[in-house]
Amino acid sequence: MSAAGAPCFHCGEPIPRGIEVRARIAGRDEPVCCHGCKAVAEFITGAGLGDYYRYRDTSSTRADEPPRPDRWAAYDRPELVERLTRAEPNGARSITVLLEGLRCAACSWLADKALSLQSGVLDVSVNPATARARLVWDPSKVRLGDLLRVLEHVGLRPHPLAGEHSEQVALLERRSALKRLAVAGFGNMQVMMFAVPLYFGEARGMDADMREYMRLVSMLVSIPVALYAGWPFYQGAWNALRARSVSMDVPVSIGIILAFVASVWNALTGRGEVYFDSVTMFVFFLGLGRYVEMIARHRAGSVADALARLAPATARRVRSGVAEDVQAVELALGDELIVRSGEVLAADGLVLEGEGRVDESMLTGESAAVAKPPGAHVHQGTHNLGAPLRVRVTAVAGDTVLSGIVALLERAQAERPRLARAADRAAAWFLSRILVGAAVVFAVWWYVDPSHAFSATLAVLVVTCPCALSLATPTALAAATAALARRGILVAHTDAIEALSKATHVLWDKTGTLTRGLVRVEDVHTFGEVTAAQAMSWAGALEQLSEHPIARAFAASGAPAGLASEVAVHAGQGLEGRLDGRRFRIGTHSFAAALRSATPVGEPMPPPGDGSGESWVYLGDDSGLLAAFRLTDPLRPEAQDCVANLAALGLPSEIVSGDEASAVARIAARCGIERHSARLAPQDKLARLKALQAGGAVVVAVGDGINDAPLLRGADVAIAMGRGSALAQTSADLILVRDSLEDLPHTIDLARRTQRVIRQNLAWSIGYNLAALPLAALGYVPPWLAAIGMSLSSVVVVLNAMRLSRGSTPQRRPQWPAAREAEAA
Amino acid sequence: MEILYVMIPLGLVLVAFGLWAFFWATGDGQFDDLDSPGWSVLEDDARPGPPAGTQPGPTSPEEPK
Repeated sequence: MSAAGAPCFHCGEPIPRGIEVRARIAGRDEPVCCHGCKAVAEFITGAGLGDYYRYRDTSSTRADEPPRPDRWAAYDRPELVERLTRAEPNGARSITVLLEGLRCAACSWLADKALSLQSGVLDVSVNPATARARLVWDPSKVRLGDLLRVLEHVGLRPHPLAGEHSEQVALLERRSALKRLAVAGFGNMQVMMFAVPLYFGEARGMDADMREYMRLVSMLVSIPVALYAGWPFYQGAWNALRARSVSMDVPVSIGIILAFVASVWNALTGRGEVYFDSVTMFVFFLGLGRYVEMIARHRAGSVADALARLAPATARRVRSGVAEDVQAVELALGDELIVRSGEVLAADGLVLEGEGRVDESMLTGESAAVAKPPGAHVHQGTHNLGAPLRVRVTAVAGDTVLSGIVALLERAQAERPRLARAADRAAAWFLSRILVGAAVVFAVWWYVDPSHAFSATLAVLVVTCPCALSLATPTALAAATAALARRGILVAHTDAIEALSKATHVLWDKTGTLTRGLVRVEDVHTFGEVTAAQAMSWAGALEQLSEHPIARAFAASGAPAGLASEVAVHAGQGLEGRLDGRRFRIGTHSFAAALRSATPVGEPMPPPGDGSGESWVYLGDDSGLLAAFRLTDPLRPEAQDCVANLAALGLPSEIVSGDEASAVARIAARCGIERHSARLAPQDKLARLKALQAGGAVVVAVGDGINDAPLLRGADVAIAMGRGSALAQTSADLILVRDSLEDLPHTIDLARRTQRVIRQNLAWSIGYNLAALPLAALGYVPPWLAAIGMSLSSVVVVLNAMRLSRGSTPQRRPQWPAAREAEAA
Repeated sequence: MEILYVMIPLGLVLVAFGLWAFFWATGDGQFDDLDSPGWSVLEDDARPGPPAGTQPGPTSPEEPK
């Protein structure tokens, strides 16, 4: 795609052609892709934190635009800060901040260091697992706004969280799960230790007293495992039964309880078999799987976090002519707000004054900003890019459009079609097989020898249920989850792996998934003796004062050559302005060329577009056209291959987008996608999904925006982009942390292999147990052989599952020192 | 083999102690963040933060040794 060789020093993205921005780092000029990255990289190294680039193991988030110090003005006001933060001893204050762009331990090191260097900061603790930082500072020495600015300067966008409640709940949940896991793990190890002499004692002969003793000790150790560590399963099963449904917890609980009660009975009466080793291993492996899943889910975040990131916590209210910063929750209907340029709206409202342009892409998916003259409606969470607006509040809290989308999301979540169906199927499958098998055994024994019917039936239930469940499925899922995590794919709901293996369709949101989601200058074409860098800097100077999205593309990629004067906007055509005594025009072809007074001689033709709907912007002065800029929301380089590979796996793609039809058609054509629809609201996307599902399709949805959240919730498998919005990530089953589509076909392939391995494991372990049990019961298998066979059976299952984690380890991006050594050589 | 009647309870006491220690550590937040403390050993000792943009040179700290 890009002609430039080296990727951006800071964010690692390819540098578009014609952009020559260099950051001065450690005495060398390093190439960067935009001024945002330049500012961040220079700040980091300038503060003596350049070690960050040595230690990081993922690239950083693209900075997009230089930091805007005025964004945090509200956090400089002591009275407001006092209400948003908590009091600490000695007059200090503390707050929890969510850090967007915190992706690895090196990032948290960076945040910690950068803040610790500020005077007045008393304590910083950054948790990379949850992307949160807790700050304690002395308000008499430093302002909160300054600390937030520092974070933004190092490329981590802070979101102050007013309430710490959900975070605290999640922390306690994690700690409690870890304790239960520890009890199960320690208990399992102990019981296994006692199980070995029990197995081999039976083979070699063992004191009856000692046997009895070992069994009783095993029981003692298993009691906390079954009661304490297994408690969440019973709770889940009870909740499911009360709601008159069957979840995966039901057969799991039945298995644990039956095996445990039977073992306790046998241990106390001194007859029959004990299965304490199976019970504890079952609880431990299931608990381990649940724990890993929970960590991934917490990382993905909650709906409340997402809202905190989207809607600002403060607003500027005007009352009787006086403007003051207030908390967003204090706003009431009819309040008047001032929304300055670059600010995010805190409530829905009606524009009273100002000619704003508002970026509503988070609600509609449309990339161009929308003009908001007086009388227009504006929405909470949208971004004012234009002139300051005076807004009368028409909806707050739960009544805003944004809250409506969140409510839609929660409803879709409550219906949980995908999860419920997957769990129902699995639970019903296990329950029916096991219960039928047990019933047959009971009936047969009833005729043969009624006195053994009960114990034999119990033995069948115990041996089939836990062994198959405890190892076959969880080991395969754990191996697959770990393999995906190494490739930067986070699995938030492991049952998505099953659905993924059965997927038949892929629905794409266009912006941000197939494309990068940002308008950028892709190519510069110059006429005459103008260099690309010169053209970029003139264009940057002219566009500096404009808030059009196209202008943002220039602002991000070129150093403006001073400030243009006499800038006039010609609606629908472009801008005209004076720079170094020359008049320039930038805009459409005819507009830019029209500045030349003389009759055209050999007029430079615009470079041949491929007619695919990308936009060209032209720069001209009184000597004629100087340059042409190609602007695109660039297609991801891997998108075409990804769609083709998915099709090869039997998954046709379809685009459902909120964007313009022409833009959607262009991207669809370039990716080779036949079905696409444009200008869809979130509800329409959901309707399209339901229509597909009604036809029996299992649908994978890939999205990144807020407007995709309902679609993601409704899909059988939801995949969100790593740099997408927080709300999309909370709805997702899988998160592509590296923000690349490359691994998507591989993920589907791995899901299918996982499903195969699970089936093999189930067939093997149930088959083995069913074959071994009657033989053993009839006395054909000596106990020592049964013990070896039992262990070998487990080993086979685990090794089979481990095949999933074997194979390709993903390549890592070359790191800074390596790249430098290569350069020096 | 009678020694097992003593050794196993002793072993269980040790396990109970280990579990207690684990519970204490969990409650103390020792397992909340397993990544960043490992990085702290790589940090240089506290040094005054150099003013932004000064002394970029071959001896600056970010130069790989």
